[in-house]
Amino acid sequence: MSLDPGGSVTSPPAGAAAQPAAQPPGHETGHEATLEGGLALAEPAVNCAGVTYRFGDRVAVDHVDLTIAPGETFGLLGPNGAGKTTTIRMQVTLLKPMDGRISVFGADAATQPMRVRRMIGYVPQLLSADGSLTGRENVELFARLFDVPRSGRAQRVQEALDAMGLTEPAGRLVKTYSGGMVRRLELAQALVNAPRLLVLDEPTVGLDPIARSDVWEHITRLREQAGMTVLMTTHHMEEADLYCDRVSLMHSGRVQATDSPANLKALLGPDASLDEVFRHFTGGTLDEDTAKGGIRDVRRARRTARRLG
Amino acid sequence: MTSVAPGAPPAVSADYRAAPSARVGVRQLISRMLTLCWVELRKLRHDRTELYTRAIQPALWLLIFGETFTKIHAIQTPNGIPYLAYLAPGILAQSALFVAIFYGIQIIWERDAGVLAKLMVTPTPRSALITGKAFAAGLRSLVQALVIVVLTAILGVALTHNPLKLLATACVVVLGSAFFSCLSMSIAGLALSRDRLMGIGQAITMPLFFSSNALYPTALMPGWLQAISKVNPLSYEVDALRGLLIGVPTNLALDVTVLVGSAVAGVIVASALLPRLAK
Repeated sequence: MSLDPGGSVTSPPAGAAAQPAAQPPGHETGHEATLEGGLALAEPAVNCAGVTYRFGDRVAVDHVDLTIAPGETFGLLGPNGAGKTTTIRMQVTLLKPMDGRISVFGADAATQPMRVRRMIGYVPQLLSADGSLTGRENVELFARLFDVPRSGRAQRVQEALDAMGLTEPAGRLVKTYSGGMVRRLELAQALVNAPRLLVLDEPTVGLDPIARSDVWEHITRLREQAGMTVLMTTHHMEEADLYCDRVSLMHSGRVQATDSPANLKALLGPDASLDEVFRHFTGGTLDEDTAKGGIRDVRRARRTARRLG
Repeated sequence: MTSVAPGAPPAVSADYRAAPSARVGVRQLISRMLTLCWVELRKLRHDRTELYTRAIQPALWLLIFGETFTKIHAIQTPNGIPYLAYLAPGILAQSALFVAIFYGIQIIWERDAGVLAKLMVTPTPRSALITGKAFAAGLRSLVQALVIVVLTAILGVALTHNPLKLLATACVVVLGSAFFSCLSMSIAGLALSRDRLMGIGQAITMPLFFSSNALYPTALMPGWLQAISKVNPLSYEVDALRGLLIGVPTNLALDVTVLVGSAVAGVIVASALLPRLAK
C-alpha cells in the first residue's frame, strides 16, 4: 500500500501479486492474465480502467481505475452524488462508459453486454420487486429471463426463496411484504441465475437497524457458502467497515483511496474510524457532492425510504 | 439452505459463451414474449378490477350511441347492415386502443420503481423486451376484447362463429395493440414522466378514434379527414375486424400488412428510445 501526499492510496486485491494491466479494447482474455515475467494472475472479477461518464457538462465518473478480485466483498463508498451509482450502472451494462473500459470476468461490458449480464445478479437501490405479483412469481420471472431451463426452474426458484428465508410468504403478493422482506426477495431474484458477481446498490438504504442486520446476515451467509464476489455501494461507513474486504472511497467522481478498511484506518491512528478516513481523503467537503449532483440520488433514497414505510 | 451455489460456475455457462445466432435470437424473442405475457396473465389473475372498469365505456358506446344511431338511421352502412353491428368492431378496436395507448405508463412506473433497470440487466435485447411488452399489451387487450364480444352478443349482434375467423380476429387485436403500445412506449421514452405521458395519451386517443372508420364509413368523411384516416393504423384494424366479424367486404391482406408493418416500426422506434429511460 502506498500513500501519496495528494491523498491517493491504492492497494492490490487480496490474492493478487500486482494489479493486472488494463486490456486494450476488444482484447479477449482467458481465465488467467499473464504479466511480464510469466507471473500468472487470477482473472479479476471486475476491472475498470480509466472509466469516465458525463451527464452534460458534469463529470459524474472521472477516470476511475478499479480491480476487484474473485471472491472479494468490495465496497464503493461516498456521499450522494459521488459517482458510485453511475459506476455501478456502467458495470452492469446499463450505461456505456464514455472513456475507458470495464470488464467482468474478462468480458467487456460495452461490447459483450449479454455475456456480462449472464454473470451478474443486480439489486438496484430502489425497491424493485413487483408488488402485484407473489414472491415466487417475482423470482420465477427472473429465472425465465435468465433462461433457467424449465426442467430445473421450479427447484431453482424454491432454492433461492429458501436461501433468503422466504419459503412461507412466497405465495403472498409482494405488496404485503415488509421492507426487509422485499430486499431479501430482490436478493433471491438476483441469485436465481447463480451469478458469479452480485452487485448491490445501497442494499440497506431506508431499512431499520434490525432489517439491515438481517439483510447483511443473508448476504454474508451466501458469500461464505458460495465464495461469490460482491460489489456494493453504500454511504454507511460502519457497514463497509464490518462487511467489506476492501473499499474504494469515491468523491466528486474520482477514487480517492482503495484498501482494506483496517489498512485505511491504520493510516490515521489506532482509534480512527472509516468516517474519519473518508474526511481525510476528501478534505471533509461531503456537502459539495450532494450539491453538485446528489438531488436525484437523495430523491431516489427518500422514495425508497417512503416505500419502506 | 439447499444449494443455490451462486459462486459455482453458472448453470448457463455454455450459453453465455456461445456466439449469438439468428436461431438463438428468434428463440430468445419467443421466450421473452411468452414470459412477459405470463406476467400479464398472472397480474390479471390477481386483480381483475381493471378488466371490469374498462368495460364500462365501450358498453356505454354500444348501448347509448349504438342503439340510438341504429334507431334514427343517421349513418348509412355498407350493404345496409344494422348500425350496431357496424359499430361493434369499431368499439372492439377502440377498447383495445385504450388499453394499449396507456401501456407506456407501466414502463415509466417500472423505471421509477427500479424494475426496468433490473429487466435491462437480464440477457434480454432491448428489442425483445419491447416486443415482449407489446405482445403482453396485446394479450391484455385481447382479454378486454372478449368482454366486448360477450357484450355485443348480449345486445343481439350476430358476429361470426367461424373459429378460424375468430382466431384471425384475436391476431388482429393483438397486432393493433402491439403497435399502439409501442407508440405509447415511444412517447414514454420521449416524455420520461407519467404526467406528460398521460397528457399526451389523452390528447391523441380521441383524434385517433374519430379520424378512423370506427364510428362511420370513411366515404362519409370530408376529404382532409379521409386522408388522415388512410394513415391511421386504427382504420386498418377496424376494417380487418369488420371483415372477419360481420362479413363486410374488406381488403384483409392490405389491413394485415399495414398492421404488421406498423408493429415492426413501433418495436424499432420504441427499442431505440428505451435507453433514454435507463439513464
